[in-house]
Formats: sequence, C-alpha cells, structure tokens
Amino acid sequence: MIVRILGEAQYDVPEDQRAALDDLDRTLVKAVDANDADAFTSALLALAAEVRRVGTPLADDAFVPSELVVPFADASLDETKRLLADAAPADEG
Amino acid sequence: MSVMKRLSGIVQAKTNKLLDKAEDPRESLDLSYQKQLESLQKVRRSVADVTTAKKRIELQASQLQQSADKLQQQAKAALGQGNEDLAREALARRAALAEQLTDLKTQHDQVAGQEVKLVDTAQRLQTQVDSFRTKKETMKATYTAAEAQTKIGEAVSGISESMSDAGMSMQRAQDKIDGMQARAGAMDELLSSGALTNLTAPVDDIQAELDKVSKTDTVDTELAALKAEIGASGPAGELSSAPPAPTSPEPPAS
Repeated sequence: MIVRILGEAQYDVPEDQRAALDDLDRTLVKAVDANDADAFTSALLALAAEVRRVGTPLADDAFVPSELVVPFADASLDETKRLLADAAPADEG
Repeated sequence: MSVMKRLSGIVQAKTNKLLDKAEDPRESLDLSYQKQLESLQKVRRSVADVTTAKKRIELQASQLQQSADKLQQQAKAALGQGNEDLAREALARRAALAEQLTDLKTQHDQVAGQEVKLVDTAQRLQTQVDSFRTKKETMKATYTAAEAQTKIGEAVSGISESMSDAGMSMQRAQDKIDGMQARAGAMDELLSSGALTNLTAPVDDIQAELDKVSKTDTVDTELAALKAEIGASGPAGELSSAPPAPTSPEPPAS
C-alpha cells in the first residue's frame, strides 16, 4: 500500500505491515482524543519512523495516489487537529 | 477513526479540486501539466515570502542587538561616573532587550526551518513535474484508449496529490509567517516609539543623563582649575572660604 508522509514523501509499505501501522495509528487517535500533546508528538514520530523504516520511497516518476496519509511529522497536536477539521471527508467515522 | 484515513480523505478532497474533467484522458495530461507549472510558481513565491519574513526578523534582531550593546556601554560609562542607579537602569533595559532577542531567535529558527522545508518541497515538486513532462508524452504514445482511461487517471491523481501536499506545506509556512508578522509589526512599533530604546533619536534619556553628568564634570573640573589659579595668586585657601563672613549663618559652600 502507498503511504504519504505530508511534506516528505510517498512510501510503498508491504501489506503485512498494515496491522503494525494501524496499531500506531490507534495510539495517535487516543492521544488526539485525550488532547495529550506530548503523547501525540511521540505517537506521531513513532508512526512516521515506522513508515520510513518498513516502506520504500517511491521513485520521482511514480505517480500514484496514496491510500493512507501521515500528518507532517513535526506537527503539533493543535496543528493536526486544525488539519483534520479542515474538511469533512466522506470516509470520516 | 483512523488519523491516516481521515487525512487521506482530506488530501483526496483537495486533490479532486485540482483535477479537470477532460473528454480525452490524454488532454487531461496536458491540463494537469499546466496546473503543475502554476503550482511550482506558487511554491517558489512562497519560498520568497518566507525568506523575506526571515530577513525582517534578522534586521530586527540586529537593531535590538545594537541597542543592547549600546546600553551595555552606557552602563559601563555610568559606573565610571559613579552613578550606580543609572547603570542599573541601563542594565535593566538591556535585560528586557535580551528577552526580546531570545524570542526573536526562536521565531527566526522556526521560519528558517519552514524555509528549508519549503525549498525541499519546491525541489521535489520540480523533479516530479520534470518526470511528468517526459512521461506524459510516453503515455500519450503508448496507451490504448482503454488503458489510458485508468493509467492516465491514476498518474494525474498521483501527481495532483503531490501538488496538494505542496499546497498544504505552503499553507503551513504561511500560517507560521502570519503569526510572526503580527509580532514583528508590534516590535517595529516598539522600536520606533523608543519604548525599547530609541535608535532613531540621536540621544536617548540614559545618554542624556550621562552627558549631563559629564558636562557637570567638565564644569567642576574647570571650576577647580579656576579656584586653583585664584588660590595661587590670592591670599590663601579656597575662594569660597577665603573671606569668612562673620554674620553668615550658613556654612560655606564646598
């Protein structure tokens, strides 16, 4: 699956890593729901690091849409909340 | 509710706005390429904006630093004149400036960080747009109409997503600059009002105090020289105490 880290790059992540990324995503969601900035920062860094670790950066001439998008890796909780509130995506929920 | 899926939806929505509905999928390649060139222009302009903002902070910091250095010298001069209160005042103002300088430094680092990221974004987008230009011609030539529909659609969506990403990066930098510009404006007002120390006025109040003391010093020195001169030619002692008035209730001025 293709994962984009905003402001960074797209990565091709092996399908068998999906569960691990979902786990890290859940930690991130918990931090957002708890409004815990510190937990959010460490969860986001962990998620981005994992995507970079298990993924292969896409070539410059590979033009493929991403299935998943990771926030800017250095974004604060507030910034990310604003980003998530930016639009009402169809698949929200 | 996954953060990654939600964000993917948001990026997708932004990307859809960039897509043209062309009858011929091949035509959409050219339309997209035009958009990419426009996108690149915008990112470059944004880089220039961030650089300008950074320079403004640097200019303010150097003004503040000059003021701080001047106050340091004034404190030293005041101490030399034995005016500890004035030295204290100068140092207190210097400390306030140091605080502002630290704040500016933080802002500067943030803006410089945005600048680096945006330059990266511009370079990445440039590389992709260059690759796209080559690839779109290959695609036009090799795909059958049926293939073109899906393949070209995917390629255009893919690079449009990169443009959305670049757009979000620009917005991010712009937000940081907007917050900073307001503070920079306030700082400019403080600097020009002299509330921090007025560099535009030739002489500030601490300098005025120092000058006053040094003028008094000069007068005292000249006075002493005069006294010495008269004392040497006159009968004896200091001028003021030379003819003691027997009826004066006041002590002689010294």
